Amino acid sequence: MGGPGCHVVAARSGRGTPPTRGCRARGPAMARPYCSLNMATVQLSQRPLLVLAGAVVLHVILISAQVSTTAGIPFIQVVTFGIFSEVQRGTMTGVDSARSLWTGYVDLRDAQAENEKLKRELQSLQVRLQEERAQAQRAENFRQLLELRERAGVETVASEIIAGPADPEFRNMTIDKGSLDGVARDMAVLSPAGIVGRVILSSPRAARVQMLIDRNAAAGAMIERTRVQGLVVGQSATLRMDYVPGTADVKQGDLVVTSGIDKIYPKGFLIGSVESLSRGAGSFHEITVRPSVDFSRLEEVLVVTTPPPAITAQQIANEAEAIAAQQRRQAQVAQNGTPSNASPRNASPQGTAPRAVPPAAPPSRNATPPANATPCAPGPGAEPL
Amino acid sequence: VKFAASLAAIAVALALQTTLASLVIRGTAALDLVLIVVVYLSLISGPVGGVLIGSAAGLAQDALASGIIGIGGLAKTVVGFVAGFLGTQFILTAPLSRFVVFFITTLLHAAIFMGLYTLLEVRHFDSPWGPMMSQAVGNGFLGVVGAQLVELLPGLRDRRKARRPARP
Repeated sequence: MGGPGCHVVAARSGRGTPPTRGCRARGPAMARPYCSLNMATVQLSQRPLLVLAGAVVLHVILISAQVSTTAGIPFIQVVTFGIFSEVQRGTMTGVDSARSLWTGYVDLRDAQAENEKLKRELQSLQVRLQEERAQAQRAENFRQLLELRERAGVETVASEIIAGPADPEFRNMTIDKGSLDGVARDMAVLSPAGIVGRVILSSPRAARVQMLIDRNAAAGAMIERTRVQGLVVGQSATLRMDYVPGTADVKQGDLVVTSGIDKIYPKGFLIGSVESLSRGAGSFHEITVRPSVDFSRLEEVLVVTTPPPAITAQQIANEAEAIAAQQRRQAQVAQNGTPSNASPRNASPQGTAPRAVPPAAPPSRNATPPANATPCAPGPGAEPL
Repeated sequence: VKFAASLAAIAVALALQTTLASLVIRGTAALDLVLIVVVYLSLISGPVGGVLIGSAAGLAQDALASGIIGIGGLAKTVVGFVAGFLGTQFILTAPLSRFVVFFITTLLHAAIFMGLYTLLEVRHFDSPWGPMMSQAVGNGFLGVVGAQLVELLPGLRDRRKARRPARP
């Protein structure tokens, strides 16, 4: 009853002999298949759990083939599909991983070449962008110069800066217009932001311009708000306004413009603004002026080819009267401590802005400043214009 | 020969089961003759034989029934294996022990059979414990009686032969 297979076969043969003997008795031709079948049966008989598992699986498959789900699909299809879908999912995951790995490797190989190519394109585009910006900036500069030319009301020649200073101590530059274009010595050079300087040397096709911030440069100036006059002298980076009386009404931030007294710069052009002021040791203010022109970014300038309009004798007389009134007022303030008028501008006989013109004839460009600080010539530390 | 005899016994049981089905009262005390035969044959043939006999009998019974083919086969396969395993591990010749085996295997068969149907939502069984227990008891009694009869028949025949006077 359920004994080992060999025993069963031997018992069934009724001879009580081992199966191998029975196999031999059947002859060599039949021995091997018969013995193999017997051995398989014996092995299966010794593994009842394996037989049970096989039978259960077969029954489950048979049942699944007949059962349908609520959707009407055979259960075996659902199970098979579910199992195979997981297999497919795993396979696809593996394939995708391998593909992504491969594509990543290929992309990595191409990335370097593409990176180099993109870098070259980027550099080219950056150069083009800079060119476009430069052209736009030049167009803007030309537009401002054109506006300045129309506003100034003087004859000008537009020129381009072609060279900077040869020595950092000397603030000068070279422009591309010379005597052939009407540029001559002591002509004022302007920019849309204000006064740049004057021409100190002219060749047929170029000219050298001394910037206003050069230590050897100076210009007649006045405070735009109070019309107090003085002399602006270069300090290499900033400007210094000299010969402004200590009693004059000057505030930080006041605009400083050309007075025109020097016969070089036309009157009323912006020089800068008062950056700081203090009462000096003498009777004058010590005023530092911040230039309105950024000399480091100049590209195009205008050269004023027409001299400033000549001052008539009547204008000189009016200016002398105004200065005299201002001096009297200042003397009165010094004696009483209270000014008779709030603003020097109101002290003008004609009610117009006073002009700091010396009482005598207009000063020459190389004249020495008078003792009463009339800004007609550079002060100490500044060479005559 | 033994396998053929087993198949014949299953066929007889199936025939009796189908003919005696009309005698079942409202189906509450249904006897499973095929199951009784399977359990008995498994007890005497071991787990492998029980698996084979159970599978064959169950599939045949399922094929004749209107249910899903394989559920009864699976249930009888497991039952055959369990009965064969018990037969090889224990001496189950006493009526009481055989009754217990029939009783337990009937419950196991019902559990698998109803469980699979319920699991697959093909058939619903309302309060199955009563029919299950009655069937288990009936199968137990009938199995014990049937086994005793089957085992007594060869001895009875031999005794009759022994009583006959020898011919001169």
